[in-house]
Amino acid sequence: MYTYNEFDKSFIQTRNAQFRGQVERRIDGSLTEDEFKPLRLMNGLYLQLHAYMLRVAIPYGTLNGGQMRQLAFIADKWDKGYGHFTTRQNIQFNWPELKDVPDILDALAEVEMHAIQTSGNTIRNVTADHFAGAAADEIADPRPVAELIRQWSTDHPEFQFMPRKFKVAVTGSTNDRAVTRAHDIGLRMVKKDGVAGFEVIVGGGLGRTPMIGKVITNFLPQEDLLPYLESIVSVWNQIGRRDNKYKARIKITVHEHGIEEIRRLVDERFSIVKGTFSGIDQQRLAEYEKQFAAPEFTAKSDAGFKDAYHNDPVFRAWCDTNLAAHKADGYSIVSISIKKHGQTPGDATSDQMRLMADLAEQYGHNELRISHEQNVILPHVHKSDLPAIHAALKTQDLATANIGLISDIIACPGMDYCALATARSIPVAQEIATRFEDLKLEHEIGNLKIKISGCINACGHHHVGHIGILGLDRAGVENYQVTLGGDHTETAKVGDRAGPGFAADELVPAIERLVDAYLELRTGKDEEFIETYRRIGLAPFKVALYPEAQADAA
Amino acid sequence: MTVLVTDAGFTADTWDKGYTPYGEAANDVIALDVPSDVNPADIAITPSLQMIRIDFPSFADGRGFTIARMLRLAGYKGRLRARGHVISDQYAMVRRTGFDEVEITQDLAARQPQDQWQFRADWKDNDYQTRMRG
Repeated sequence: MYTYNEFDKSFIQTRNAQFRGQVERRIDGSLTEDEFKPLRLMNGLYLQLHAYMLRVAIPYGTLNGGQMRQLAFIADKWDKGYGHFTTRQNIQFNWPELKDVPDILDALAEVEMHAIQTSGNTIRNVTADHFAGAAADEIADPRPVAELIRQWSTDHPEFQFMPRKFKVAVTGSTNDRAVTRAHDIGLRMVKKDGVAGFEVIVGGGLGRTPMIGKVITNFLPQEDLLPYLESIVSVWNQIGRRDNKYKARIKITVHEHGIEEIRRLVDERFSIVKGTFSGIDQQRLAEYEKQFAAPEFTAKSDAGFKDAYHNDPVFRAWCDTNLAAHKADGYSIVSISIKKHGQTPGDATSDQMRLMADLAEQYGHNELRISHEQNVILPHVHKSDLPAIHAALKTQDLATANIGLISDIIACPGMDYCALATARSIPVAQEIATRFEDLKLEHEIGNLKIKISGCINACGHHHVGHIGILGLDRAGVENYQVTLGGDHTETAKVGDRAGPGFAADELVPAIERLVDAYLELRTGKDEEFIETYRRIGLAPFKVALYPEAQADAA
Repeated sequence: MTVLVTDAGFTADTWDKGYTPYGEAANDVIALDVPSDVNPADIAITPSLQMIRIDFPSFADGRGFTIARMLRLAGYKGRLRARGHVISDQYAMVRRTGFDEVEITQDLAARQPQDQWQFRADWKDNDYQTRMRG
């Protein structure tokens, strides 16, 4: 993992002192509310429906046990004893007092963390594959590059007051777990003739105008990365629309100018900017690669694991859903579900955080990851330790065996917290999870991604859910639109809108009809929901969703 | 009267040669007033040019940072001034992107006095860009 050097430490201390001063200057009137707003946002502080919310960066989703324990400490000392993990691999504290925020930032700095650029019209926390450095299918670990981008984008003087926010994601695997095609810039690490580089995707995004990103260059040599990123952002900062915030994201700029014109402008700027980089960034990258070197894996007997797997059906069910293939023999990647049926997706209590910190330190080479699917991951676990980990997780309600299943739902905070929301998301997720738990159907249904957003800004990624749910306000009443066939992976696709929306009390029965139809229509248990949908299309599912329309037509 | 901010703090504005509005520029222009929506590549950098003043209609409009930087990269060596709604918290950004100075109103100078600007006169320190670029 990356460890701060003296420069990083000094930067964070100075930055925190600046923010402390900004809070004081807001209070004494030196800063107007309008002026203070972007300054607090670029330090992670939002004003929500009921209170301030502090969004803390977990760069590329990687943290250690000590950092997780400090998050628990912050939750207890300055919040209500819990935090919320987000789709950008961040954690949000929902109830801090403004006066305490500078102290919280100092507490974060003690463990080499910060909240910089987790909000505002800036380059946001760079995200990466949550299985980075562990996955069996990986070409290269994306985190050293993500760290390089974090440093380059932090406090970048040209890019602090941009038309809108800007999000970058990196993946080092052909199986895209970082949703790169729905980012302002998505980077896919590739090799061409043995040379490392990137496929660069630009102009993806969800929100009210969902767009799948377009390839701006299919091979960018590794050493050109920072100047090329800088060229893209610089061109957009200049020509991106500032007259309408809903048309300000780079996806609209690319759409309006066309990818060819954007490519031309970026290439032109790149020819100017390239010379401002001496190449020292590549030396630093080489240093970071060493810091992210894999831990020393050991060969141990996994007899205990095999015994438990055969004898304990609860453990077996958990292993079958929550483990992923590790690159080292005898090891597994463990996903800890923060989605117990009926709980708020992504919420973890301080006790749960401390347990996960302990487990990482005791069994997991002191590493934890946050996934964009709002779960926590122990990336390097020897199989022989799995029974002990599972037993420990059970004590804190963290042993839910539902990763990838219908109750492993992404949900935005919705109207329970968010000032932008037009409908509630969390209760919908809770009801769906509880309903299918009662039906004891979710293992039968298999892999199915439900994603819920409480407004068209789409923080819950509903456009790319196999089943997407969008909560709207129709004349003061919550109404939920359903989209089908969305895909967040390397074959990314925006889902198709199924038809008219559903009232809150009609929604769960509608999802149930949809799932029943799938179970009936699939060729067998091997055909996942998304595969059935791709094979037969929207029409049969529409029949299931709107039986009364069929009755009327008959 | 406006107030000029440099690393030394508040000073009186000594520029007395006026400005030519962008769009009316000719080859022998000495000082140019540039709005924030101009493509920096279209600004002709002539030998006579001594001063370019870039407008910040709102502190939230960050296009001026890109214009300044592109002018410097295009080889402009004269004075470069940010004018308008720039707040003291942006002073480091202004200097790092190539501006020499900021021209603000008396009102803003009263609300954000000299010490708040000089707080960021250390703009050369703690800059990730210098680490990334060498």
